[in-house]
Amino acid sequence: MTAPGNTGGTSAARPKDLDPATARPVLDSSDINRALTRIAHEIVERAKGADDVVLLGIPTRGVALARRLGERLASIEDGAKVPVGALDITMYRDDLRLGPARALERTEIPAEGIDGKLVVLVDDVLFSGRTIRAALDALNDIGRPRAVQLAVLVDRGHRELPIRADYVGKNLPTSLRETVKVHLAEYDGRDAVLLGTRAADPAAAPTDAEK
Amino acid sequence: MKRHLISAADLTRDDAILILDTAEELAHIAERPIKKLPTLRGRTVVNLFFEDSTRTRISFEAAAKRLSADVINFSAKGSSVSKGESLKDTALTLQAMGADAVVIRHHASGAPHRLAGSGWLRGSVVNAGDGTHEHPTQALLDAFTMRRRLAGGRGDLEGRRITLVGDVLHSRVARSNVLLLATLGAEVTLVAPPTLLPIGVESWPCTVSYDLDAPLPKSDAVMMLRVQRERMNAAFFPTEREYSRRYGLDLRRMAMLPEHAIVMHPGPMNRGMEIAAEVADSTRSTIVEQVTNGVSVRMAVLYLLLGGNEPALSAPSTASTPSTGTEESTK
Repeated sequence: MTAPGNTGGTSAARPKDLDPATARPVLDSSDINRALTRIAHEIVERAKGADDVVLLGIPTRGVALARRLGERLASIEDGAKVPVGALDITMYRDDLRLGPARALERTEIPAEGIDGKLVVLVDDVLFSGRTIRAALDALNDIGRPRAVQLAVLVDRGHRELPIRADYVGKNLPTSLRETVKVHLAEYDGRDAVLLGTRAADPAAAPTDAEK
Repeated sequence: MKRHLISAADLTRDDAILILDTAEELAHIAERPIKKLPTLRGRTVVNLFFEDSTRTRISFEAAAKRLSADVINFSAKGSSVSKGESLKDTALTLQAMGADAVVIRHHASGAPHRLAGSGWLRGSVVNAGDGTHEHPTQALLDAFTMRRRLAGGRGDLEGRRITLVGDVLHSRVARSNVLLLATLGAEVTLVAPPTLLPIGVESWPCTVSYDLDAPLPKSDAVMMLRVQRERMNAAFFPTEREYSRRYGLDLRRMAMLPEHAIVMHPGPMNRGMEIAAEVADSTRSTIVEQVTNGVSVRMAVLYLLLGGNEPALSAPSTASTPSTGTEESTK
């Protein structure tokens, strides 16, 4: 009674696992810290404060980045409390039918809601832009922000949709054969951004498939 | 697993936890102003009900609609065609209409299994209750409710003591619950008069007792089963009053439960029979909550079966064969 073929258990259309042999660090821990501090300042500058800012991280690593940005905004704006949440976009993905149904991540919308707020979406890597499109659709079902902006740690190019980031930690020119992997202390024990070629055999690669 | 959900025994521990975790996330949708996700746009879910049902049908319908699937309700009540033929013809019709999933309730045990195994349909089959056999989504929503109330909404039910009381013989809810709860590590006790226990119950992964007062003080949850008068054509107990006195949950018995224990009932209830009205309406009762949770759990099942290009539930190798034996044996 099982679906024929395709029993490898791999996910997604785009294998994104990094071949460890080719991986080289492009950002280290202090680079990431500086980038986040700069982005926090830019957000405050453009929004003229942080009063109505709501940070929504896209799981998994965007959530930790959003939390870190929230702490920095609070210290820049003298203890202003910036709401931080998480926005899972799984149910809005346009590639759901290309693989088995995926497990969901947590969505946590801050109690203040997003109506009339300046929502800053936070993600680790901006690539095709499809994740952000899905995030915009998801936001639409949750409320009506005053404006939506996008902050990413790494912009690796190769957009497939008319989407750009408002705040970029680092612009990283890549080829499509390459893949970018963000490590964060909250999940991986250390901070680093690695660039390398994709693992040769996607079917044999471990399951965590992010950017 | 499997493209289908026929029996709670089809689910591995990982499958069950994936469904419960997914339901936990989907439960938040109910709190939003727009209670809808686009995930199953363009998919068709047919509710094929050969037997009366309010909450299960409405629950599946709400679940499918919240995921943006198209829902067709097919009430086959009154059909006089014999089981095999009518099922086949109906299935071929549904296949011709392009049903991606068929949610079936049938008075005959094994009907969903027949539908799933026949090759008549290309879509998924979800058992919404077949005869006295199984009702897996009810077991999932019960486990979801227990996990929320007893285990903080995470992990499994390892070591929790669950007591199921009443008409086990006619109860598909009991069978599915026993199987699923055992998978999730709970210790299940069935309490019923000997006449209302099925043959072979000693092979089920649970203990059996004829006395309700004994297991109550160490139960984390008590689930009262409905006395199914419509399936009773023989004398299973002397009088309703005697049944109620020996196996009904009244205030005195509820007081014997530990502080944290919950009282469950899959509905519809016979107030005053298996459960006293004051117990059903008490703060320990999760009866209304179970209905709410049913929608979340059914959304999770439909999403995991239909959301991708293949079901997300476990590897085919482990789960594809063993269902046949168990289902045939219960007919």
